[in-house]
Amino acid sequence: MDHIPILRMGEFLLITVQVDMHDRLAINLQDNLTEQIVRYNSRGVLIDISSLDVVDSFIGRMLGNIAAMSRVLDAQTVVVGMQPAVAITLVELGLSLPGIRTALNVERGMQILREETARAMGELPEEPDAQPLGGGFDEAV
Amino acid sequence: MTSSALSALLRSNESTLLDAWLTEQKSTRNRSAVSEVELQQQSREFLQQFQQAVTETGDSIRGDIETSSFRSLRRFLEEVTASRTQQGASPSETARFVLSFKGPLFTLIRSKVPDPVQQLDAISDVTALIDNLALFVTEAHQKAREAVILRQQEEMLELSTPVVKLWDGVLALPIIGTLDSSRTQTIMESLLERIVETGSEIAIIDITGVPTVDTLTAQHLLKTVTAARLMGAECIISGIRPQIAQTIVHLGVELGDVVTKASLADAFRIALQRSNYLIVKRSATQPASSRV
Repeated sequence: MDHIPILRMGEFLLITVQVDMHDRLAINLQDNLTEQIVRYNSRGVLIDISSLDVVDSFIGRMLGNIAAMSRVLDAQTVVVGMQPAVAITLVELGLSLPGIRTALNVERGMQILREETARAMGELPEEPDAQPLGGGFDEAV
Repeated sequence: MTSSALSALLRSNESTLLDAWLTEQKSTRNRSAVSEVELQQQSREFLQQFQQAVTETGDSIRGDIETSSFRSLRRFLEEVTASRTQQGASPSETARFVLSFKGPLFTLIRSKVPDPVQQLDAISDVTALIDNLALFVTEAHQKAREAVILRQQEEMLELSTPVVKLWDGVLALPIIGTLDSSRTQTIMESLLERIVETGSEIAIIDITGVPTVDTLTAQHLLKTVTAARLMGAECIISGIRPQIAQTIVHLGVELGDVVTKASLADAFRIALQRSNYLIVKRSATQPASSRV
């Protein structure tokens, strides 16, 4: 039976979904992931779904569940590389996956994870977006 | 009536027939855009083509215009119809061009064919023929109109989905016209594809050209924003006109945490700021080389 490997990279876990995600596989992934987060004390999870072309409501909900479980275990989740067709399907299904961070590619995803964990450790002050919008531009005279 | 008899009748009385027909057309014509010279020319051409087609048809006239002898007449009628359609003629106006030929032709037959039985036969044959030609003209009119509509639709779809790159990592999607479901689908797809293609993290949706925003339009917009967010890009909605802002609030549309801006310039400023760009105005006294 197929299984989705979970790679450990420092304090993060990397999951690359490269096969058709069926329900059994998704449930196994949930089990393995939660187990590994606890075992390695991981701070972040990055899920790459760039090779996933078909998605249904179950898989969509599962992604949401994984994010929620990771948050309970104090790990951030970033989903990267979602295909346009998958995004449209999820929106049409009414699954907007609130609470999940998303990024265009693995590189940006890792950057987000690093920023998030650094912020959680108190190394970075506040999110730069948090300052009032519209300001912040110098017009040197 | 045999076709040779009708053909001979037409040939020998061509000018009288043409005059009678033109008078008939002028009396029924209502503010049609066709000029008199054009009408005369078209009528003469029709008469010649009609006579030729009748001559070429075998023994008797059955009202069948799909035969090869009528090919050039059909092509001529298609041309006339196309030009009239472009000038904005209605279907009945174009059909009347052919149908008005009946009156003068019947008068001619009545005067030249004395035997009542033969006269009735001739008239019924010719009626069938002219009716078929009129139907053909109506159909050609319809086709010409459909071609125009199709072309306009295609042009509109092409017009409606330009995704513009404003800066590295910043896309803009200016929407012009009403947002319906099928258009939103096209727009959403092209935006998401461009996001993947260019790796842009910020997309500005400008709705200055959207005339009205109702709950459905707002829902479509929110769907696009959510789909872009799922892919890891952020959307800013700009170009919200005062009336539209009022409508959105009156309708109770919940835009959630979507960033909205009044103008594209404001949205672009935020986009640059989020991508960590800094805009600095060069002062007039400083030489250009002292700034990067």
